Formats: sequence, structure tokens, C-alpha cells
Amino acid sequence: MINSVYINGLGAISPQETFSADSFLKNIIDYNQKYLEIIPPVYKEYIDPKALRRMSKIVRMGVASGFMALKQANIEIPDAINTGTGLGCQADTEKFLQTMIDNDETLLNPSSFIQSTHNTIGGQIALAIGCNNYNMAYVHRTFSFETALLDSMMMITEGTAKNVLVGGVDEITEESYYIRAKIGHLKNEAEQSSNILNSKTIGALCGEGAAFAVVSDSKTETSYCKIDGVSMFYKPVDTLEIAAKITSFLQEHNLTPQDIDFVISGFNGDIEYDGIYRMINEKIFEHSGLGMYKNLCGEYDTSSAFATWMAANILKFKEIPSEIIIKKPLNKVKRVLIYNQFHNVNHSIILMSEC
Amino acid sequence: MQRRVLITGLGTISSIGMNIEETLDSLLNKRSGIKKSKNLQSVHKDDFVFGEIPLTLSELKDMLNIPQHEAYSRTSLLAMLAAKEAVDNAGISDINKYRTGLLSASTVGGMDRSELYYSDFLTNDTQNKYIDSHHCGDHTEKVADLLGIKDFTSTISTACSSSINTIMFGARLIKLGILDRVIAGGVDSLSKFTLNGFNTLMILDREHCRPFDETRSGLNLGEGAGYVVLEADDIIEKEGKTAICELKGYANANDAFHQTASSPTGEGAFLAMTKALKLSGLNKDDISYINVHGTGTGNNDLSEGIAMKRVFGENIPPFSSTKGYTGHTLGAAGSIETIFGALAIKHNTIFPNLNFVNTIEEIGIRPETDIITNREIKNVLSNSFGFGGNNSTLIISKI
Repeated sequence: MINSVYINGLGAISPQETFSADSFLKNIIDYNQKYLEIIPPVYKEYIDPKALRRMSKIVRMGVASGFMALKQANIEIPDAINTGTGLGCQADTEKFLQTMIDNDETLLNPSSFIQSTHNTIGGQIALAIGCNNYNMAYVHRTFSFETALLDSMMMITEGTAKNVLVGGVDEITEESYYIRAKIGHLKNEAEQSSNILNSKTIGALCGEGAAFAVVSDSKTETSYCKIDGVSMFYKPVDTLEIAAKITSFLQEHNLTPQDIDFVISGFNGDIEYDGIYRMINEKIFEHSGLGMYKNLCGEYDTSSAFATWMAANILKFKEIPSEIIIKKPLNKVKRVLIYNQFHNVNHSIILMSEC
Repeated sequence: MQRRVLITGLGTISSIGMNIEETLDSLLNKRSGIKKSKNLQSVHKDDFVFGEIPLTLSELKDMLNIPQHEAYSRTSLLAMLAAKEAVDNAGISDINKYRTGLLSASTVGGMDRSELYYSDFLTNDTQNKYIDSHHCGDHTEKVADLLGIKDFTSTISTACSSSINTIMFGARLIKLGILDRVIAGGVDSLSKFTLNGFNTLMILDREHCRPFDETRSGLNLGEGAGYVVLEADDIIEKEGKTAICELKGYANANDAFHQTASSPTGEGAFLAMTKALKLSGLNKDDISYINVHGTGTGNNDLSEGIAMKRVFGENIPPFSSTKGYTGHTLGAAGSIETIFGALAIKHNTIFPNLNFVNTIEEIGIRPETDIITNREIKNVLSNSFGFGGNNSTLIISKI
């Protein structure tokens, strides 16, 4: 069994005002776009301008979010830095590739190649703060952040870490959006983000963002909530198996589905797959409240990091923005389950509770 | 009592062999796989030498009975071959008899295809089936599906240290009782992207690389896949199996010095080796052999050598870089070289550091240049260091 951990610091950059807002999601922005883009902070207030100049969008948002989480938790050097990213540094990869093609493999800039390696975000955080500790990058679609989180919780359970910086980051570029929309992963037309539940087309409303947390073995005055567990499952044969896996995961934590006050699900507007969430909700969570998060941040491989940020705030401040409520919770929200899946292949759940 | 983690199966494919048997034969006969490339489609192809696997995409698909029209990256195919060998080698017939996971690593995933079809992706629909095989996790899922693994599957990507990191994570999953067995390793296929990337960094040798030699001038790129089967001791006992060796120590540390270059003091390497030793409970003089990262670049070999001196003082164990055989296989390097370490233990043999003539003046240490047989190899330490200051060390031991 893995120990629960406390979230003692958070930092999130997203298509909403999440980074330096005084209040929790007070002014939710409703978009009508093909994909949602982040609202960047004034980066030079958080990152050294010399270093900033060399950083691409994904690296900036990752590093800044990481710094914010550390600041909130009053931690200078974490015992580990674990980063999840599904597609890594798209912009740099595309830049290098396109230049390779255009210039026939000459006149290439090493910077975009170096920046394209998937562990560059975690590497640059370590470089900036001088952290020599464990530093890992997980790159597996919608398992990326979850694996990073699992590793972090494992370390704390093992006793090899007290405070771990863990996060999920993914960026969207025009090219990568086009390519994925072409094969039906993303929507080809603009969609109203507040209306994704009523979408009639396949493909998800795409987004991007970075969310980092400092997870710890002990509660402090900065604690938001606890993360009690995380689980991933691959290619379940049917909804019965999904329900069984979720139920048995909860059982391992001495809980039943009835104990979950609020289920935050990864509805993303894809008419082909969003039905899974409804089915699971009806099957086992008929007593729980139901919510969503991708109307705020869009679909991307590590969006569950945003969901974690959101759930942590809900558990701490006991407020739920109306925009994310599909079915109101019956009770005060003490336990949250985040449930996300990609194309019925990669399913993941994160269990969180108040502290 | 904490569970022990043992290695029960090995599987590999690289320029020196299609499987473990061929690989061992090459190692014992000083047969390097580094030569001019046949398959790479690059203007720089003839400027360098590579550890390339002499099989085309078609041939790889045939070996796996995959219909030619189906979209598989070269990366996926290499991974599937090596992972399958590892599972067979471990004598596993029912993969789901115990909670079994798969952890794989790659630096560029399906880039071997996406770089060829990137323009098509943007301008027409002829290569759409390859769009989704680009991401790092794709090859892992292809392997999971081939082997029937459902309990756990994920992917690590930390440049050249990636596949020591998968083995380490796998071991921890077993020790914590989350899983009973993990197939762990990594893969990378040669790509134009990587070739050009490394070329712009000016760390490629046009000639056959010379790790740890004073005149070394860079690395040779290689491709390959390597997987080990990790099993908990209680599972092995239940099955009445014999293991090849034990995974006794591992560690990951960050150099935090520069995005690509290693620090002059080899801090990250020093920390990784020190922590791995500490975890293993072994003394430094218990180490029989070190398989160094030894890429042949000016920076790595010096930095790694300095770190080794910091850890071992004047009594550095016999060591060699095997990259003179395979080239630098990037995401597969950690696991392939762990496999070489396991073979060293199994056969009581040290494989040599090819092309070494002169010691690096600044550090004055000599790798082993001959094959040493009939030497009891009890504990092997293996290093893999990647961009982003990612430094990993692993220690395996005779049982």
C-alpha cells in the first residue's frame, strides 16, 4: 500500500486565471475556439530573464508552475522532481524537424534539439534551483502525470523523500493541433467550451497547461488536501471491468463508491468517448456529485494535473465553481475522485480527500 | 522482510546481434557492429558510422508476423522483438499468472517514421496511420499488446539514462508490492532527427569511437532494444525458477550543471554511484566490474572518470565501455548495458573497451582492453547518463 500524501503547494498555468489569481476560479472564461491556449503570467517576475530567453512556451509554463508550487510550500530544494508530459516539447521538435526539411539538414540550431528532449522541463527546474536529487520524466499519453504522481507517492512511502515536486505539462501548437484534428482526436471546428457536454462531433476540445504540486509526508499550514491514491488501467474490455477496477481500487482504501462525494470526470466533448463517464456514473456513482474540468482547460495528455489542482482547491476552500458541476454533490465535499480516460485505452483515477 | 528483486530473463537486439546468443558471441569475439549505414535516409549518412541493425522495416515486420501495411514504427518493432525474447528467456508462459507490468523507455519514440512523413502529415492524408505512432508511449503499448500485459504499463523518457530508470522504477514497484513482475527496458531506432541533433552539438565521431581514450572525438550513434524481466524473490520461489542475477542497487541523481554537458567534477555521476552503492549495502571493493557510460565524447569520459576516482579513489575496479561494440543506443543504452553486465556475471567474463590506446592524461585510468574470462564477477555497476543532467547507476549481483 502507498501512503497518502499532502499537497502543500500548487502552481498552475492554464487557459483560466489560475496562476496568480487571488481567488479560486472566480471569473471562468468561456471560449469559442478550436483549441484553448494558456493565459501566460509575466514570466520574468518568476524566471531569470537570461534563462527565460532560451525557454520555449512549454518549458516556461512548466518551470514557472514548479517555482510557484515550491514557493507556496516553502520548499527550496525538493527531494525529487517528477514531470509528466504526453507529447513533450512540441514547438522545439517541430522547429528542428521543419528546419531539417527546409534546409536539407544544414544550418540547424542545437537549441531546439536540446530543448526537445522530454526531460528538459524537470532538468531546467533542477538547473535553476541547483537540485541534485532524483529527477524523472514520464511520457505515456494520459498516464504521464499519473505515473509521475505514483512515483512521488512511492518515494514518500519508501521514506526516501519528504517533499516531492510533481507536475504535468503539455502544450499545443498550430501544426500539432492540425495533425491530430485530422485523425479525429481533436475537433476540426471551433467549439463553445461551456457547451462541450452537448457536442455532436467526434474529437476533443483541445487545450494546454502546466500544473505542479509539492506533495509531502506531513501536513503543514499551507496544506490544501491529501492525495490518497492513484491508479491506471489499460484497455479494459468493457464498462463492467472499468467499474470493477474503480470499485476494487476504492476497496483497497477501505472505501466504497458511496463514500465519494464528487467525481470529477474528463468529459472533453468527444461524442465517441464521453459516454463512458455517464455510464460509470450511473453504474456506481449514482449517489455522488459529478463534475468536469476540460471545459476550463481543454483536452491534453496531462490535463489531470489541472484537475488535481482544481480538486485541491475545492477540498481546501469548500467551493465548487458552478461551471464545472454536472450533478451537485449531496454532501459537503470531503472526498473527490478524478476519473479520466483516453479513447477507452488509458484510464486513470486519482483519489483525494480533505485534510 | 523486504522483497528482493531478481532478473530472470534477458532480451536484446542491436547491431551486434538479433538476440542474446548472437550478442554474446559478438562480445566474446570483439565483433563491433559499427559501420556505414544502409537504412538511414540522411544527407549526412556517409559522413559517420553507426551501430545499425541490418534489417529493414519490412524484414522486422516479417519477423513478428505483422502485415506490411500496418503502421508500426521501427522503434516499436525492435522493442517487440527484444521484449518477447526476454519473456521467453524468463520461462514465462502465462503472463497474467502474477501482477505483471511493463516499463519501457525511448528518447524519440516513433520519430523514425514521423520524420519521414512530417510533410505528408501537414499536406496530405497518405501517411495518417503513422500520426499516432509518434508519441513515446506508442511503442510501449505495442509491446504490452504483444505480450498481453494489462496490469501496468508506462514509459520513461530521460534521454540516455532512460532505461536504467525503467529498471529502477520496476524494482521499486515490486518491492512495494504493487506488482510482482516487471518487464523493464528501453529502445531507440536510428533517426535523422537524432543524427542531426547530435551533429549540431558536434559530439559525433566520424570514425569508430574511442571511449576513454585521450584522442577520443565523439560518439557513434546506435540503435537497439534491451529488456530484462524483474521478478520478486517470493514469486521465483513459488515457480521454482533460477534467476540470472539480483538487482541490488540503483540511484538517480541530477548533475544540475548544464543542459547537455556534464560538470567538471562529475557531481551527478558521483552522487548516482555513491547512492547506488549505499542502497546495495556493498563496499566499493566488492564491485568486480563497471560498465561505464563511456560514450567517447570529450566531456563524458573525462567527467565520468573523475567521478569514478571520487568514488573509488585509486582502486577503480576493472571497467570498460561497450559502446565501441554497439554505438550509443540512447534510450536502450541503460538496459542493453545492464544485459551485458548480467552476461558478465553469468559467464564470469569482462567484455573489453574497444579502440583504447592512450589513457586520458588528466585522469590516468585504463579500461580493460582484452576479454577476461574465468574471473569471478560478483557485482557489476553500470552507468548511464543523459541530457538534462540525468545520471543513473545500477548494481547487479551474482546470487
